[in-house]
This record gives sequence, C-alpha cells and structure tokens, in this order.
Amino acid sequence: MTGVTGYRRPYFETQPAYLYPGYRSTVKRSPSRPLVLLPHTLSEVTGPVFGYDDVKPTDGDLTRQHEGEPIGERIVVSGRVLDENSRPVAHALIEIWQANAAGRYRHAVDDHDAPLDPNFTGAGRVLTDAEGRYRFVTIKPGAYPWRNHYNAWRPAHLHFSLFGVGLVQRLVTQMYFPGDPLLQYDPMVNSIPDQKARARLVSAFDWETTIPDIALAFRFDVVLRGRDATPMETARS
Amino acid sequence: MSLLTTASQTVGPYVRIGFEPSVIENLAPAGVSGERVTLSGCVTDGDGKPVNDSIVEIWQANAQGKYAHPEDAQDKPVDARFRGFGRSLTAADGSYRFATIKPGRVPGPGGTLQAPHIVVTIFMRGLLKHLITRVYFPDDPANAEDPVLKLVPADRRATLIARHSPGDKSALEWNVRVQGQDETVFFDY
Repeated sequence: MTGVTGYRRPYFETQPAYLYPGYRSTVKRSPSRPLVLLPHTLSEVTGPVFGYDDVKPTDGDLTRQHEGEPIGERIVVSGRVLDENSRPVAHALIEIWQANAAGRYRHAVDDHDAPLDPNFTGAGRVLTDAEGRYRFVTIKPGAYPWRNHYNAWRPAHLHFSLFGVGLVQRLVTQMYFPGDPLLQYDPMVNSIPDQKARARLVSAFDWETTIPDIALAFRFDVVLRGRDATPMETARS
Repeated sequence: MSLLTTASQTVGPYVRIGFEPSVIENLAPAGVSGERVTLSGCVTDGDGKPVNDSIVEIWQANAQGKYAHPEDAQDKPVDARFRGFGRSLTAADGSYRFATIKPGRVPGPGGTLQAPHIVVTIFMRGLLKHLITRVYFPDDPANAEDPVLKLVPADRRATLIARHSPGDKSALEWNVRVQGQDETVFFDY
C-alpha cells in the first residue's frame, strides 16, 4: 500500500477563527493553546460511510413527519455537494435542523415566547445522489432573539451537517436566505473574515425547483475540501 | 475549475434536535471481535464548567487495524458489523460515553505504524468550527513511536492518553478541556 493523498487546507480567511468575541460564547469555548498541525493519514482520509439504509424516504420532507401539516411557508431547499475540485460528492449524509415558522425550536432550552408547532419537529436527513444532488422540503424558519447582545436576532437559517468521503471533509454550517436584513448584524456570519465566503452561505431563490402552487424554492450548494493534488487516473489494462 | 470550501458555522444550542435521532454510543454489538472497552469522560469549558450541549463523534479502525472505508486498501479483514463511527451527546454533567473495541494499528506517514487511536470530533455552541483530537490507549508501548503523538509537545501528550478507571481495566476515562489549565491538544486539520 502506498501513501495517502491528503486534503487541501482551507483558503486564507474563508473560515472563522475559534475566538470571535462578538459571539460571546466563543470566549470560554475556544482553545487558547497552539493547535498541532495534523498530517492527513489513513485515519483522516477515511471516515464513516453512509448508505440508503441510514435514511428513510420521509426524512427529507419535514412537512410530512406528523399527522397534520406544519404552519408556515413551504419551501424546497436543494443543491449539490461538490469538493474544491468541482467533483460531486456522492452519498454524502446531510443532516439539517431548524426553528419552526415562528422562530421557535423544539428544544428544552429554547424559551423564546413564540409558539411550538405540534406538526413540526425541524429535523431531516438525506443522502446525496451520484451527482452530489440533494433535496429537502421544509418550512421557512423564522428569525429569533438570542440574547448575545442587546436586541440580538438571528437571521433565519437552516443548520447543515455534512459527512464527505474523508473525515477531514466533515462540515457543519448554516444556510441563510437572500435579502435577509439581519444578515449584516449577525456575529456568526460576521465571524467569517472574507466577505465572499459569507455570501456563499446565503442561498439563492430558485424558480426552477419551485413546486407550482405548492412551494417556493432555494438553492444552496456546499463545497467540501478537495484533495491536495488530483490523484492520477491509472490506466486500465 | 477550483471552488472554495464552504465556511463553517456553529452547531448552536439546539443541535440535539438534529443529532438525537442518530446517536450511536455502542459501536460494537455482539459478534464484533476485539478487546471490549468503554470510553467515557467529561467535556469542560475555559471556566472548568461542564459543557452540556456538545456532540462528541468518534472514528476508528477495527481490531485488525482496518477502516470500514473503500480507501483502506490494506489486506486485512473488515468486520461487517463494525462501522467504526460513534456519536454521543453530552449530558447535564458534560459527560459522553461509548462502548467499543480497541482498534488495531494502522499505517502512518512514511512507512510508520500508528499506535491504536480513536479520532475525536467535537462540536458545541460557541465553537465556530469543530475541534479534532485523538485518544490513545494507556500503557500501550506503541505510543512511544506514534508519528502523530511525536508531533505533540512532550508536556502536553498526556492530554491525549486515556486513563484506566480504578478497578476496571476495560473502562477508559478521557476528559476534554476545551480551554485553560491542562487544555486538551487539538489539531489543525
């Protein structure tokens, strides 16, 4: 067995630092000692493998997980998962979670004075297809206050968790909505130094994937790390 | 064409909604071969307070030192019942727990062999991007020659090595200190 091909390190200023005092919780939850540069070994270029047995067909439609229909604006959220070399990431597990249309999470610590929806849990999971495509149907989440600073409101967002091929491709991020006036004030968005990298977290209104008379649609492509060097294609003999 | 990696964002305080349906604390159901161990401990913040809303994920090879992954080309047996992935959500006291098997040794850079280890990924509110670290096994002579452990300053290596619980050799304890005194070594991945 020969050596493994590692993954590229993140490009300058495209990822947040651990400490960002504007987001208060980072102050006691960020490492203070230097990180140790980790070579990418077999342990890092491998990672958990998921299959269609790990997701149920209903897991991708958050509007069909209860007896009744959730309240709110139905939306389709779809896109592709690619790596930095523009290759589709097939069979990537995507998990999402979100607030309901009123901006309330079904969680014990959420005490925001907004109603819970008995027909909405706010969790979904899908696997990308061979071209890296995925699709969820859900409800547009509401904005909510979070007490980070005076009158702090989170812009509407979906949480995304992704597993790629290798463990170092693992990513958790948030998808935002175009035109949201709260984006410019959000410390989480602003923790990303590069303005273009922030903009890439904002989904695009996507007329083509709307369901006529049923649901509007947003497109959100996710890019996971790519290999350091494109592996040589070996000739088949 | 070259794209740029999507920026990381925190899992926030409500991650349990998304991950609770897929908690895997027992990685080694009956029939999986290998030395059975439990791995547990607490996650604490810079004030030493338990972190009750973090996610601890682990990834490891099987007892033979083979990953359940197509890129592991070693001529070693896979164990169909062992996928090597676990996910635990910390409780009110900051504790996580796994039941698993001790992994075998896997190759490292430049023809080296790594000591048995488990890769650990940690998420929590207040972490804008996840942490990656490793747990090694106590009293394993291979630790002395592990190519990754060698990169860690000697006075901090102990933070990556689990301890035996008193009276039970198969129970391993390993705590994660995100910040401060005896801060766990985290890797730039």
